[in-house]
Amino acid sequence: MPSDGQRLGATLGQAELRPQTPMTRPAPKEARDVRVLVLTGYGLNCEAETAAGFSRAGATVDLVHLSEMLERGGRADALAGYHILAFIGGFSFGDHIQSGRVFANRLRFRLGEALCRFVDDGGLALGVCNGFQTLVCLGLLPGVSRARGTPLAAQQAALVHNDRLGYFDTWVKLAVDAESPCVWTRGVGPTIEMPSRHGEGKLLFQDESLREQILASRLVPVRYADASGAPTEVWPDNPNGSPGGVAGLCDPTGRIFGLMPHPDAYLYPENHPDWIRQRDAGALPAAGLGLRIFENGVRAALAG
Amino acid sequence: MPIYRLEIENRPAVPDALATKTAQTLSAWLGLSPARIRTRKVYLCDLDMSEAEAEKVLAAIADPVIEVAAKGALPDGEPGDPPVILTVSFLPGVTDAVGKSVKTACEDALGRALAGQVYTGTMYLVWGLPRADVERAAAEVLHNPLIQRIRIDEPPRRPDLSVPRAGATSTPRTEIVPLRGLSDEALEKLSRERLLALSVPEMHAARAHFEAEGREPTDAELECIAQTWSEHCKHKIFNTPIDYTDPQGNTRRIERGVFKTYVVAATEDVRKARASSGIDGDGGDFLVSVFSDNAGVVRFTDECHLVYKVETHNSPSALDPYGGAMTGIVGVNRDSFGCGLGADLLANVWGYCLGKPNHSGALPKGLMPPRRIREGVHHGVIDGGNQSGIPYMRGFELFDDRFVGKPLVYCGTVAAMPVETAGRPTHEKFTAPGDRIVMIGGRVGKDGIHGATFSSVELNESSPVQAVQIGDPITQKMMFDMLAEARDRGLYSGITDNGAGGLSSSVGEMAEASGGAEVDLARVPLKYPGLAPWEILVSEAQERMTVAVPPDNLPAFLALAARREVEATEIGTFTNSGRLVIRYGEEKACDLPLAFLHGGLPKVVRSARWSPPARTLATAADREKALAARPVADLVVSMLAQPNIRSGERYARHYDHEVKGLAVVKPFVGVSRDVPATATVMRVRHGRDEGVVLGEGIHPHYSDLDAHAMALACADEGVRRVLSAGARIDRMAALDNFCWPDPIKSATTPDGEHKLAQLVRACEGLYEACVAYGLPLISGKDSMKNDATMGGVKISVPPTLLVSVIGQMKDVRRALTLSPRAPGDVVYLLGETEDACGESELSRLLGLSLDGVPRTDPKRFAARYHAFAAAHEAGLVRSAHTLSRGGLAVALSHMVMASELGLSVALDAVAPGLAPAVALFSESTGRILLTTRSEDASALEARLGPHGLVRLGSVEPGASGRGYLRIRQGGQTLAELGSDALRRAFQEESHAV
Repeated sequence: MPSDGQRLGATLGQAELRPQTPMTRPAPKEARDVRVLVLTGYGLNCEAETAAGFSRAGATVDLVHLSEMLERGGRADALAGYHILAFIGGFSFGDHIQSGRVFANRLRFRLGEALCRFVDDGGLALGVCNGFQTLVCLGLLPGVSRARGTPLAAQQAALVHNDRLGYFDTWVKLAVDAESPCVWTRGVGPTIEMPSRHGEGKLLFQDESLREQILASRLVPVRYADASGAPTEVWPDNPNGSPGGVAGLCDPTGRIFGLMPHPDAYLYPENHPDWIRQRDAGALPAAGLGLRIFENGVRAALAG
Repeated sequence: MPIYRLEIENRPAVPDALATKTAQTLSAWLGLSPARIRTRKVYLCDLDMSEAEAEKVLAAIADPVIEVAAKGALPDGEPGDPPVILTVSFLPGVTDAVGKSVKTACEDALGRALAGQVYTGTMYLVWGLPRADVERAAAEVLHNPLIQRIRIDEPPRRPDLSVPRAGATSTPRTEIVPLRGLSDEALEKLSRERLLALSVPEMHAARAHFEAEGREPTDAELECIAQTWSEHCKHKIFNTPIDYTDPQGNTRRIERGVFKTYVVAATEDVRKARASSGIDGDGGDFLVSVFSDNAGVVRFTDECHLVYKVETHNSPSALDPYGGAMTGIVGVNRDSFGCGLGADLLANVWGYCLGKPNHSGALPKGLMPPRRIREGVHHGVIDGGNQSGIPYMRGFELFDDRFVGKPLVYCGTVAAMPVETAGRPTHEKFTAPGDRIVMIGGRVGKDGIHGATFSSVELNESSPVQAVQIGDPITQKMMFDMLAEARDRGLYSGITDNGAGGLSSSVGEMAEASGGAEVDLARVPLKYPGLAPWEILVSEAQERMTVAVPPDNLPAFLALAARREVEATEIGTFTNSGRLVIRYGEEKACDLPLAFLHGGLPKVVRSARWSPPARTLATAADREKALAARPVADLVVSMLAQPNIRSGERYARHYDHEVKGLAVVKPFVGVSRDVPATATVMRVRHGRDEGVVLGEGIHPHYSDLDAHAMALACADEGVRRVLSAGARIDRMAALDNFCWPDPIKSATTPDGEHKLAQLVRACEGLYEACVAYGLPLISGKDSMKNDATMGGVKISVPPTLLVSVIGQMKDVRRALTLSPRAPGDVVYLLGETEDACGESELSRLLGLSLDGVPRTDPKRFAARYHAFAAAHEAGLVRSAHTLSRGGLAVALSHMVMASELGLSVALDAVAPGLAPAVALFSESTGRILLTTRSEDASALEARLGPHGLVRLGSVEPGASGRGYLRIRQGGQTLAELGSDALRRAFQEESHAV
C-alpha cells in the first residue's frame, strides 16, 4: 500500500509556494481528476486524516491555509477549480464565543461570494464536526432558504452544548436514511459506526416548522442510533442529546453534507474498537467504513 | 476610548448546560440547592470602535437562532423575582484567550484592525440562594482568587464597565544589586525575598564572579543566574556528588552524582550492548538523540524517528489546577515539538497523583480540596490537548493523601520527527554565529515570573501568585502550524521552548551552540507596558518559542509568520563572543560569560544515609484474621472499587482518543470499551502499518518499604505493558520522571538524608532494570521539592518514579489486547507469584501495614520476556494482560469485563502453600496473564514452561451473553462473580456521580 501520508507543513508549504488552482473546473474523467480543497489553519486539526480519506478515495487533495484563500477571496471564482470543499474538524479560534463562529464569520465576510458561486455551480462540500458547525453558521446547512445567485443566507439552525456539559469521546452508531437526497451517504448503512468527539453537537432548529420541513425533505441523512439501529435521544448512544438523534444535515441538493461524528477517523479497519473481534468473526472490512463517505463524494463529483 | 459591554445568553427555551453542570456541582460538593441558574457570556470591549460598530459586532457574534444579546445589560429576570448575580472574570494581566478571539471577531466584522483588548467573564444568575451562599459557591467552586476576580450584584444593577487593564505607564529600569560586604544572613534573605532560590554558597559564587569583574551585578544578572542555576533547570541534586551510606552501613562517594552514575550509565551500557551485538545492523543507531535536547529521539522507520518527553507541572497545578495543568500539557508539547529542528506532535499522555477525592479530613489552610484539584487538573489537560488536536493515548490516576500538598501532574507527548528536513538530519540544530534570535508565539507579561525558581522550593503561604500561567492552546497551535511550514522550507537553524526561566533559559541554552548571544529586550512584544527588563528576561508567559534564523532567511520567516497571523519578532543575534549580553535599548541589563553561567555553579557534596523510620508491620496472624473475615468474592468486589483500581473512565472519556485517525488499541478496550488497556497502540503515519506502543509503571507506595524495589517494579511494569500489547522487545526506550520530597537535610527536613538515600536506591534499581531489559533512558525530569508547608503543617509526597516506556511494532495488525478472544482458549499465568503484599492494594483494603514488597529479578525476567515476545511472534498468544495493582484478581476481572466471556481458573498451582487471597492479590512483578488456542497449548508450554508458566484454566462462553469469573481451589469454587457485579464495583464512582 503506498504511503499517502500528509505532512501538514510540507503540503501547506507547497500550496503557498505555487498556488496551482486551475481557474475553471473541468469535468473529471477519473478519480484523480477530482480536486479537493481542504481548508486549514486557525486551530483546525483534522487536515491529515481528511486528506488521507480523499486521497484513498482516489482524489487529488490540496491542503490550503485559509489565509492563502482569503488573498484570492475577493474573486468570486476563487474556488472554481475545485469539485469538493472540505470543512474539517478541530477548534477554529478555540471555539471561543461559540464553536465555528469566528471561522464562519471570516468566511462569510471575506469568501462569501465565492462560496455561493461554488454551491450554485454544483460543488460538493463535506463538513465534519467543527466543519459542520461552520457550515451551519454559514447558513449553507440545512440551506433550504437560499435561492441561486443570492448571497449567503442567515443561519437557521445551531449546534449547542451537549446536554452533559463538556467534550465527550465515544464511538457512535449512526442510522443512515436511505431515502435522503444526500449523495455522501448513498449505499451506506443501514447503520455505520464512527467516533464522535465534541462538546457542542446538539442540533436545534430555528423553529418547529423548519424542523418539519427538514424532516419531510429527508435532509437528515444520519441519526444517532441505539444498539438495535433505531434513532435515539438517550446518552451515551446519543452523546449530546440532539432531538430526534439528528447527527448531521444535508442541503436539498444532497451535495452539501455535514455531521458531528468523524468518518475521517475510521479510514482503517483497525480504528474500530472491536477490530480484533471483527477479524476473529471474519467480519473485518478491508478498509475503514468511514472511507465510504469520501468515496461517495468522489463518485458524485465524477457523476457531475 | 469608550468601553462596550456585551452580554449574551441562551434564549429561554434553549437549555443552559453550564448552568445545569454548575447546579450539580454546587449540590454535590456544597449541598446547595439553587432553584434555578442561568449563565451569560460577558465581553468588555476596550477597543477603538463606535457605538454603531459595537452593534454590528454584537450582531455578528451572537447566535441568531439560540441566543439573545444586548449592548449594556440584558434584563435580569422578572422584577419580582431577582437573582443574585455572580460575575467571574480575570485579574489584570491573566491570559484571556477568549478575549483575544473576540477581538479577532470584532476586527473581522468591521474589516479593520482595532487597538485595545477585550476582557471576558462569565455571569451566573442564581435564584433561590441567599447572597452568602453565592459567595460561598464562588469561594469554594467557581472562582480562584489567584487568577480571577468576582463581583456580586443584586438587581437593579448598572452594567459594570471596569476592565482589568494591566501594566504601568513607566518602565522600571535595571538596578544594581550590591552583594559586596553582605553577611551570609543578608545573602540568604536577599535570595529568599527575590525568590532566587540560591543557596548561600551559590550566592558566594555569584559574588566572587562580579568581584573579579570589579563590579556589582544587575537585578537581571542575578535573576538570570538564579533561573539557570535553579534546581528546576540545573538538576543540582541529580548531578551533585553524594556521600552515601547504604543499608549495610557502608559509606561511599558517588562522585559523578546519580544522574551520570545511574541514568546516563544505563543508557550508555545499553548503547554499548546494542553495538556489540550488532542488533541495529546498518540501519543506524537506535538512540538518535538522548539527554541533549528537549526530548529523547529514537529510530523508528526509514522515514521518521520517534520523540518522547514527559514533564511534571506540580507546583502550578497546586495553585491553579486548571491553568497549571493546562500549561503542563501545552508546555510539554513545545518540548517535543522543539526537539532537533521540530517534530510533528502525535500523541499525549497524562497521569496524576492526587489526594483521595473523598478526602474528608481537615485541610491545612491554603490547600484546595483534592476533588477541586482533580476536577481542575483534568479539565486543564483535556482542554489543552483536545484543542491542540493531539489524541491522548495513556492516562492514570493514583490516590494517596500525601498528595494533597502538591499534586503530581505528569504530561507527556510523543512526536514523529522526519529523518531529514530540507536536506539535513532533523534531529540536529545548526545554529551559527550571526543567526538572528526570533521570539515567536505569545507576548510577554508578568505571568509566569519565577516559575523555575518557585518550583525549586516548597509550596507555602507566600508562594508567588505570578508564578501561575494560563495556556492558550490555539495561539500555540497556530504557531506550530506555521513553524512546521518554516521547518520544511529550511528557514531556521535552531529552535527551543520558552519554558522555565523564559528567554534567559532559552537564549542562554541556544547560545551555547553558537558561543554567545546578544538580545535587546526593548524589542520583545509585551502584553502590557511597565515590565522591568529582568521581568521580560525571565517571564514564563506561555506559547512562546525561540528560533534561530539565518539572516538570509529572516525576511521569508517573518513574512510567513505574518501571513499566518503568528507574532514573530527579531530580538537579537547569536554570537561567538562567549557572553550572554542583554540590553534594554541602550542600557545594558546583563553581561555574563557563558562559561560562568553554565559552569559556575559550585558543587556541594550531599549526604545520604539509609535510615528508614521504624514501621510497625502487621503480623501473619493479623493478616490471617483479617482475611478470614472476608469471603474471596467480597474481597474481589471490594478491590475493584478501591480508588486506585476502579475504572477512571468518567474523566477519561472527556479526553480525545481518536483525532488524527491513527489509534489502534485505545486507552479503553473491551465489548463495552470501559476497561483500561494494558498498553495502547497507534499508527504513526497515514498509510503505513508501523506502530508506537505506550505503557508505564508507577508505584510510590512501595517506596515506603524499599525505593530500590519500587524503581525496579516501575521499569518492569512499563516493559511488561508494551510487550503485552505486542511491542518488539528490541526497540523499547523509557523516560524517567522522579518526583521526590525534598531530600536535603535541613531544620525543616530532618529526614533529608534518608530521602536522598531513597533516591540513590531508586536510581540503582532503575539502572539494574534498564540494563537487564535493554531499556535505554532517553529523557526524563526530576522534581525534587514536592513538599507543602501550610499553617505549620508539612505534607510531603512519597518518593515517586514514573517510568514511561515507548515501544514499537512493525505491523499494528499484530497488536494484542487484554481481552480473551474465544471460548475454549486456555488461560495461563506467566511468572511466579510470591507472597508480595507489602504496600499493596490488599494492604490498603485491609487497613494493614503488610511486609513483603515485590522483588524484581530483572535478568531472570528479561529471559522470560524474550520467550514471551518470541511466542507472540510465532502467533501463539491470543491476548495478554499485565498484572499490576490488585494482582491476579484485578487482571482476571478486567479480562471478564472486556470480553464478556467466562473465565474459570484454578489457583492451586499459582502460589502453592499460600492463602487464596495472597494468590489473588499479591503484586509480584514479572507476571503476564495470557490466553492461547487450545491447539497451541503444548507449543506455548514448550516455549514458556521454563519461565514459570502456570495453566490457570480456560475461557468459557459466558452465561446469557454475560461474562463471569469463577475462581476455584482444591476442587472447591471460592467465588463466582458475574460481569455485572464486577462492573458495578469497578465503575462505582461513575455511577455515583
